[in-house]
Amino acid sequence: MAETIDRSKSENPGGWRVLSTNRRAMTALWFIAAIALASLLIPPLLDDQLSQPSDSIFLPPLAKGVSGVTHWCGTDQNGQDLLYRTLTGARVSLGIGLVGALVSLVIGALYGMVAGYVGGKVDEAMMRGIDILYSVPRILFIMIVIAALDAQLKAGLDALRLWAQSSDLLLIESWAQGLLPYSRILMMIVAIGLVEWMTMARIVRGQVLVLREMTFVTAARAMGQGTSKILTKHLLPNLSTVILTYLTLTIPAVILTESFLSFLGLGIEDPAASWGSLLKDGAQVINPIDSKWWLLLFPSVLMSSTLLALNFLGDGLRDAFDPRDSRG
Amino acid sequence: MVWFIVRRLLSCIVVLFCVASLTFLLARMMKGGPFDRERELPEHLKGHLEEKYKLNGTLWQQYQAFIADLVRGDLRASTKYRDWRVDELLLQKMPTSLALGACAFVIAAAGGVLAGAWAAMRKDSWEDVFAMFAALTAISVPTFVLGPLLIAIFSLWLGWLPVGGWGLFSQLALPAICLAAPYAAYVARLMRNSLIEVLQSDFMRTARAKGLGEWQALARHAMKVAILPVIGFLGPLAANLLTGSMVVESIFNIPGGGVIFVNAIQNRDVMLLVGAVIIYSFLLVFFNFVVDLAYSLLDKRIRLHG
Repeated sequence: MAETIDRSKSENPGGWRVLSTNRRAMTALWFIAAIALASLLIPPLLDDQLSQPSDSIFLPPLAKGVSGVTHWCGTDQNGQDLLYRTLTGARVSLGIGLVGALVSLVIGALYGMVAGYVGGKVDEAMMRGIDILYSVPRILFIMIVIAALDAQLKAGLDALRLWAQSSDLLLIESWAQGLLPYSRILMMIVAIGLVEWMTMARIVRGQVLVLREMTFVTAARAMGQGTSKILTKHLLPNLSTVILTYLTLTIPAVILTESFLSFLGLGIEDPAASWGSLLKDGAQVINPIDSKWWLLLFPSVLMSSTLLALNFLGDGLRDAFDPRDSRG
Repeated sequence: MVWFIVRRLLSCIVVLFCVASLTFLLARMMKGGPFDRERELPEHLKGHLEEKYKLNGTLWQQYQAFIADLVRGDLRASTKYRDWRVDELLLQKMPTSLALGACAFVIAAAGGVLAGAWAAMRKDSWEDVFAMFAALTAISVPTFVLGPLLIAIFSLWLGWLPVGGWGLFSQLALPAICLAAPYAAYVARLMRNSLIEVLQSDFMRTARAKGLGEWQALARHAMKVAILPVIGFLGPLAANLLTGSMVVESIFNIPGGGVIFVNAIQNRDVMLLVGAVIIYSFLLVFFNFVVDLAYSLLDKRIRLHG
């Protein structure tokens, strides 16, 4: 029943083919895959000592530490290996980017679909709401929300753990126990997701406004299908590429927000690291006389190139799929 | 028009009220109060301090007292910087952030429009490709990577500009460029795409057919229409520059509002936090209002409502 408007036959020949011939976007895709794989696979392969603080502090790249292991990217103020930290930091940054973008996707797509499909006064009110939210200093709110609710979430998880312990729910207990140290990261993902969804909602609404006038939607309505079914079965498949495009473009935005917070000391805290927190550590010890350049160089190069690749991929997706703003 | 302005001002007041309430409640929910130190204060002293700063009683009572003061325009005193009133502190620090933001705003808007128009006129040439690649790079490189890089090149290596600080005109250049770069790039992309679309439209063909040169046609006809998306972005731009300046202030060691805000969170300085958020929100709401007005004056197709 659900008819996907096949752009390969209409105005935009083969979105996926356009994408696969876009050399920049494909290079970016492979680069992102390589970074993600490296961050997952390389740290376990490294010498166990590298994951621990050591006495060899501020070693330049390629130097051998006191225990005889080579530090390819040097060490930081606690003698931790920078290669290990940068790669595990990549896990945290990319993970937060992906999950945060997914949270914003769910909120934004739902909001946009409802506004666009229901239309009229509801649509107007919902879009006015977005206008208002745009004029609120969102990053300040992320900071305040994290500071205010982190402790509450921790207490909640702890209560959940104790409750599960007392009623012998081992699975929930271990689950709550496992999440406890990550409560701040969780809070951060939720907070960022809660403010990054507005662009997605606008784009999805715009698409739905076009789609709902199409004959297959009218047909579905004439056959007596409910609103929720029309939204999920008929509109969602047609929105998937637009959503994928803006998901790709939201990930770098979320990563930037996270690093912004961590850089200001309000995000990821030791012993966990993200690119932002590594750069904060690096920036704190920089001075003109004795620069520890490697502490800034490696995380910033990896971070910037990953964000660039994500933006290239997002641009490529937009060129391939977005019918309205094809050169955006 | 008048009706629009009145309704927008009313909605601004409602927004500011909600923002202030939410901030106050969240700030009071933070773990650890403004008077918690490493050594626990004796109960009676803490109680005295809480009474002095009107932070005693239930959350609801505190909130009521806070709103009553807010309506009278009293932002109260900072709990960290004793003897300082919040409005005095903000009045002292915010102009710095605003000056930095204003410089970055001009650089981002003017630079972005020029670069975007230039790239659009040379569409698909190597200059265009290069400019757009540079723009995407500028968007992808975080401010706190660009900042140290600029310092390393222009201060440490070439020695042209000071490393940081505030007060001299030369100390403004690097932070303003650093803050403006990603947004200039965003404006340039917006401008280029919009201008390319306009240049292909019928009225531009007519203008050229009348015998206007390419640059003349651009200046007289195309820019008027092509610049509209950029104007629409100026509101969010002002918002991003204002909040984005926090990181830049911390990199270049500038004593501005961003530092105050971050410290206020870490010190649980409730009233300073609320005051800073109100000021930031007020500025943003105000900017958006002005931009909407400007937009409607420039584009007669827009109907004002709201």
